[in-house]
Amino acid sequence: MMQLTINGIPHELDVDPEMPLLWVLRDILGMTGTKYGCGEALCGACTVHIDGHAVRSCVTPVRRASAKAVTSIEGLSPDGNHPLQRAWTEMGVPQCGFCQAGQLMTAAALLKKNPRPSPTDIDRSLAGNLCRCGAYNRIRAAIQKVADEAKQP
Amino acid sequence: MTLSRRVFLESLGLSVGGLLIGGGGKLWAQTSGLSPNVFVHIAADGVVTIVCHRSEMGQGVRSTLPAIIADELGADLTQVRVLQATGHKKYGDQNTDGSSSVRRRFDDLRMAGAVGRMMLCTAAARRWGVDAKTCTTEGGFVMHTPSKRQLAFADVVVAAARLKPPTSPNLKPSHQRRYIGSPTLPLLDGPAIATGKAVFGADVKLPGLLTAVMLHPPVLGSSLASYDASRALAIRGVRHVIALPTPQPPYKFQPLGGLAVVADNTWAAMRGRKALVATWSPSDNASYESSSYRAEQAETIRKACSVVRSRGQADEALGSAASRIEAEYFMPHLSHAPMEPPTATAHVRDGKCEVWAATQNPQESQNVVAAATGLAPTDVTVNVTLLGGGFGRKSKPDYVGEAAFLSQKIGAPVRVQWTREDDIRHDYFHTTSAQRLEAGLDGEGKLVAWRHRTTFPPIASLFTDGAALGREGELAQGYADYPLDIPNVRVENGPSKAHVRIGWLRSVNNIHSAFGINCFIDELAAARRVDPKAQLLEVLGPARRVTLEELGVEKLPNYGHALEEYPVDVARMRGVIERVTAMAGWEARTQDRERGYGLAFHKSFQCQTAIVVAVKKSRSGKIKVDEVWLAADAGLVVNRERAQAQMEGAVLFGMSIAMYSEVTFKNGVAEQLNFDGYRLARMPDAPRAIHVDIATNDERPGGVGEPGVPPVAPAIVNAVFALTGERIREVPLSRAGVV
Repeated sequence: MMQLTINGIPHELDVDPEMPLLWVLRDILGMTGTKYGCGEALCGACTVHIDGHAVRSCVTPVRRASAKAVTSIEGLSPDGNHPLQRAWTEMGVPQCGFCQAGQLMTAAALLKKNPRPSPTDIDRSLAGNLCRCGAYNRIRAAIQKVADEAKQP
Repeated sequence: MTLSRRVFLESLGLSVGGLLIGGGGKLWAQTSGLSPNVFVHIAADGVVTIVCHRSEMGQGVRSTLPAIIADELGADLTQVRVLQATGHKKYGDQNTDGSSSVRRRFDDLRMAGAVGRMMLCTAAARRWGVDAKTCTTEGGFVMHTPSKRQLAFADVVVAAARLKPPTSPNLKPSHQRRYIGSPTLPLLDGPAIATGKAVFGADVKLPGLLTAVMLHPPVLGSSLASYDASRALAIRGVRHVIALPTPQPPYKFQPLGGLAVVADNTWAAMRGRKALVATWSPSDNASYESSSYRAEQAETIRKACSVVRSRGQADEALGSAASRIEAEYFMPHLSHAPMEPPTATAHVRDGKCEVWAATQNPQESQNVVAAATGLAPTDVTVNVTLLGGGFGRKSKPDYVGEAAFLSQKIGAPVRVQWTREDDIRHDYFHTTSAQRLEAGLDGEGKLVAWRHRTTFPPIASLFTDGAALGREGELAQGYADYPLDIPNVRVENGPSKAHVRIGWLRSVNNIHSAFGINCFIDELAAARRVDPKAQLLEVLGPARRVTLEELGVEKLPNYGHALEEYPVDVARMRGVIERVTAMAGWEARTQDRERGYGLAFHKSFQCQTAIVVAVKKSRSGKIKVDEVWLAADAGLVVNRERAQAQMEGAVLFGMSIAMYSEVTFKNGVAEQLNFDGYRLARMPDAPRAIHVDIATNDERPGGVGEPGVPPVAPAIVNAVFALTGERIREVPLSRAGVV
């Protein structure tokens, strides 16, 4: 049996310890906010946090998350009002929306580590998250807006 | 009156009062109220439900089409419930492609709302004892302004439901519009997407759902010869290994065949697939090899080909020209690569099939499921989820057929999940093209002849086995319909045989026609030492409406519209070119020492788009797209905010084409499998700024989803020339090592 804490809730699971965390979330726990896009850590659609760090859950065996705190998009904020989530909606960031959970999780991890990122910091941090719709400029602007607002006293 | 219009009006008669109709059948079943047609329902409590009959793939259609209906109905859009239609002919065409949702359905949807408004007004007018013509609706109320009275929809809906719907509804004048053309329509699915609650194709949950991963034949046309499933079946969670029927050409939307590994979860199915041992029959397509194919295509365009359009005597004029300019351009296969790979869930039971699919084309999905299961299309219910990107890929429901076939075989609900490798390797690829352009100048340097040859394995080959020439509709995309103010013009199409499935990808053949024409005009400008903008305007010629005779064609598909309704209007083309060059400071560009500027224009899907790109060199000497200006004239634009987002996204989509993306084949197999080989633009590639200007006018609505794409790649290549003097005639630029 595997002990997992996801979004603050402990789970006890009988799964193959090599199964990627992505599929544990999606198929075993029914938490489908985290997306499959490539299976090779090339697109970032599956990004979640483990102990606050952004990881690609599609290549992370679930055993590596054991006894650690996993946060998925469903747990980014209790009521969907993380400043990034608000900015995403206000600025019309999503197009198809499929990559956005991963974009948000990567961005949230960045701002936690680096509350005042430069444009280059944002580009570098988000470089692993593909958006085929090409919403990059709005993603970038939304992150910048949240960072700028946090700066104000 | 168009056919769809007539069908629509006829359908109005079917739907009075409490009769249950629409994709909302289930939801509406328990409520009385007003259902004036299949798109609108107003419950007895006044709650307005509007059906969105097109698929949401990022273009904002669920935020746009309901706004059209709500505007005419006079509903409060923020209170409207939007219901996603299942696939059904009663909605008219639901295939969400060709940038057609507003372009083709604007009038229908306005009428759908207007009928409801007139019934509500009539009911209220009777109550008040006034003329219904003096009543209007707004924000969920019927108003009688002269007497300053109003009634909520809820107060009149029962009475309205007893009325006969009007057969010729009158439409609101444009000054009464509240949502159509608004710059700030709300993004319906934004909050659900930002919180991970939005339901995409793979997110459907059913009790007992199994997941299937496919092993398709590696080469098109080969079939399963033998297989050993024992190791796969030994993996924990794997339930079945099932062989699928082998499709016969033409391939259309048939499933590809091969094997399915069906398991309790996706991981087990993927591991099961890896453990399969299979051998495949040989196929002629195994000879497909991209570099030799390119050489064959180059040979093809150096000889006379089939005439697409002709005016004057281009061959003779070129022969006697004082000087000639010529160039050849090549573009590779592309994969759609929507962020959500193809996926669909099906449950066959009791002689019926219910499907939940990320599909652009729910009605064709019904047909494909019917063919795969032997059921009647009418026994197939297709629920449409959010798409996770489409770009044309999800108009082709082969994967939906796989899910239905497997569910029927197993007797349980099955989700088919294509992996990214499946998606790229087995796509309906954007074609690979070669073009040769030649221009002749007379002794005074005047442009007197233009010859344009193109060859590409056509989409026609998907529907007619062996077809090697583009159909009229394919060639109308920038080849037959481009205005050329030149006395001698000849456009030709040479044969290219398809060895893979060819499909339409966002903006389709406009991708290559725009590339060839815009790059060549830039070459002409350089050769003649004129401003590229002046050269472009000279080729297009003066403001006018171009006739078929001038184009040198007998007819023009014109994206399904009559030429009188949607003319080839050079004034509007010149308009966006003037606009974008003003925005970009084109005239002052030579003062910008750091950056090179490129210009391109293209009209597609009844939208004219012009782009200026400024590129610079990074510290490492690589080309970087620094800033982009885009001006579009799509006529009346319903949702200006989403239209802008589409144009911004189109710039990045076009950047991928210009800089990174290609699918090449060896032994009939795609050499790129995932996003390491099939590269797309990433955030560090995104320009510092994308400036979008969308014209405001009341011309008939054009498309906005695709038309931003075609001018991007040539504008970038032209900008690279302006910066470096290097003329590149083939994309992606990564091949030449400049990005």
